[in-house]
Amino acid sequence: MSAEKNLIEVKDLTHDYTGGRGRPAVQRVSFAIREGETFGLVGESGCGKTTTGRMLVRLLEITSGSVRFDGQDIIGLRGKELLDFRRQAQIIFQDPYASLDPRKKVRDIIAEGIDIHHLAQNRGDREAQVSQLLSSVGLRPEHLTRYPHEFSGGQRQRIGIARALATQPRFVVCDEPISALDVSIQAQVVNLLKEEQRHRGLTYLFIAHDLSMVKYISDRIAVMYRGRIVETGPSDLVYGNPLHPYTRSLISAIPLPDPESERSRRRIPYDQPEAAEDAELQEIEPGHFVLL
Amino acid sequence: MIEAILRVNHLSVSFDTYAGTVRAVRDISFDLGPGETLALVGESGCGKSVTCRSVMGLLARNARVEAGEILFQGEDLLKKSNREMRAIRGGKIAMIFQDPMTSLDPTMKIGRQIAEAVTLHRKVSRGEAKRRVLELLQLVGIEEGEKRYHQYPHEFSGGQRQRIVIAIALAADPRILIADEPTTALDVTMQAQILDLMKDIQRKTGTSVIFITHDLGVVANVADRVAVMYAGRIVEIGTADEVFYDPRHPYTWGLLASMPTLATEDEKLYAIPGTPPTLIDPQPGDLFAPRNPYALEADKIAEPPLFPVSGTHFAATWLLDPRAPKIDPPEAIRRRARERGSL
Repeated sequence: MSAEKNLIEVKDLTHDYTGGRGRPAVQRVSFAIREGETFGLVGESGCGKTTTGRMLVRLLEITSGSVRFDGQDIIGLRGKELLDFRRQAQIIFQDPYASLDPRKKVRDIIAEGIDIHHLAQNRGDREAQVSQLLSSVGLRPEHLTRYPHEFSGGQRQRIGIARALATQPRFVVCDEPISALDVSIQAQVVNLLKEEQRHRGLTYLFIAHDLSMVKYISDRIAVMYRGRIVETGPSDLVYGNPLHPYTRSLISAIPLPDPESERSRRRIPYDQPEAAEDAELQEIEPGHFVLL
Repeated sequence: MIEAILRVNHLSVSFDTYAGTVRAVRDISFDLGPGETLALVGESGCGKSVTCRSVMGLLARNARVEAGEILFQGEDLLKKSNREMRAIRGGKIAMIFQDPMTSLDPTMKIGRQIAEAVTLHRKVSRGEAKRRVLELLQLVGIEEGEKRYHQYPHEFSGGQRQRIVIAIALAADPRILIADEPTTALDVTMQAQILDLMKDIQRKTGTSVIFITHDLGVVANVADRVAVMYAGRIVEIGTADEVFYDPRHPYTWGLLASMPTLATEDEKLYAIPGTPPTLIDPQPGDLFAPRNPYALEADKIAEPPLFPVSGTHFAATWLLDPRAPKIDPPEAIRRRARERGSL
């Protein structure tokens, strides 16, 4: 796997829910995701991170800008090409309760992508693929014939992961996949995601507001504020040497499981309006960009 | 020791359901000192909310208190009539819930909602009630109180709504504030502000706080003492420093080790295997044993009692029995003690 090849290239991506009457939810966002890496997108609710993630898999219309997937612009895709793109780019949702069809059995939830994209030769093959997926996410064969309501939150998220992996994607958007889960289950799901990534050479966009977890799982990170990326770079640099005042404020707000450092914690408030229209990302040190 | 303001002794609460009797809280005891913050930590279903609802007298209809007492200023709250509890609830003991939007009435101006809480427990004139409301708004950091008084909940942000909920809880100068995941629905920066606000209020009013959360970062930030709950029991209790830097229960080890700190590099995260048990007809022995890599034979036979580690620190694990083999905590836990203050 060539580490330097970009699988995703995003340029000036914009989404406007208001039809030009207000501030776009996502405004001229640009970044690239290398093949096989995990790119973390962090920020508060309403900053545009989920909107960005959904545009990348074409679940949401792109108002302007471009997204290239393996060199191909995804905006113009129609018909067969679009279908093929959807096979390669999947998404895992935040809420494992709302994102599974309650009337379908687990077998059919996982197999949906296999059926749509005709990835199984015959019934037996379909069954074999589903069973294999199920065991790779740590569920048991008897779970196949059960319904979503019979599972815990962590197990449901495993089903969501199996469903996303069923089409043998190259790219998966993980939209807050662990924030609805209990602490002891979060680590299980994160380990599973990392394992599958190593195993299948997957590329992830990992969206979250839990910064410790994002730092742990991501190779590079982008911090969003009011629809713009204000800082981006390798995780260690963004955390070790945060340059944008918003990034500093965000890092200063994460409570850490360490009473002594919590006692001496000083929060850095940040309450600026969005960045100026003509602000651009500037490279401060190799690979580390800040909106100025 | 200073006299505790609240003392829970051997409380057990069960729920009757169609599937059977759920033993949600099983023989828990703790006390709360004046001006102290005690955090109850644990996963969903561990019994932390049921414990607090028992204190508030707000248990669901199918709940049964099987045993125990809840002593508030020396009197057993479980023996109080509904009428007596109504005077205590919201008066001497107040509660803040997770979702500020569902705890506020969307059709009522916030000034009136806070005033209602003021006049419910105290006979005051309208003018005096309004003065008190403005004072409370200022206390919780809402500016332009005169104008905000006449606004509806939807005109406030999530963080501000939680501030209003806190103002309502503080209306009658409670001795105890029970906060059930008050920041879980908020963003980190908003969460930080609300946590600071709660600590600030506590300094000013001397209220004792029971803080329910599953977030160990939040616990480290607010708690003087910590009680870790699992499957309806307190499995470890101690000062924040004892529980974070010298934890003794394998479940606490698992919880702490499964959270990456900013220093955690590429190693695999420690994950507690399996899922919590159902509390219908619990198996004999320690309910954490099936998920516990350090489980001993004794765990299969009997639940361990709380063994003392220090005068303030107790843990319910057979590892602390003098006959148990000597086991070192995992490396991630030993590192916590070494690197305290810089994790």
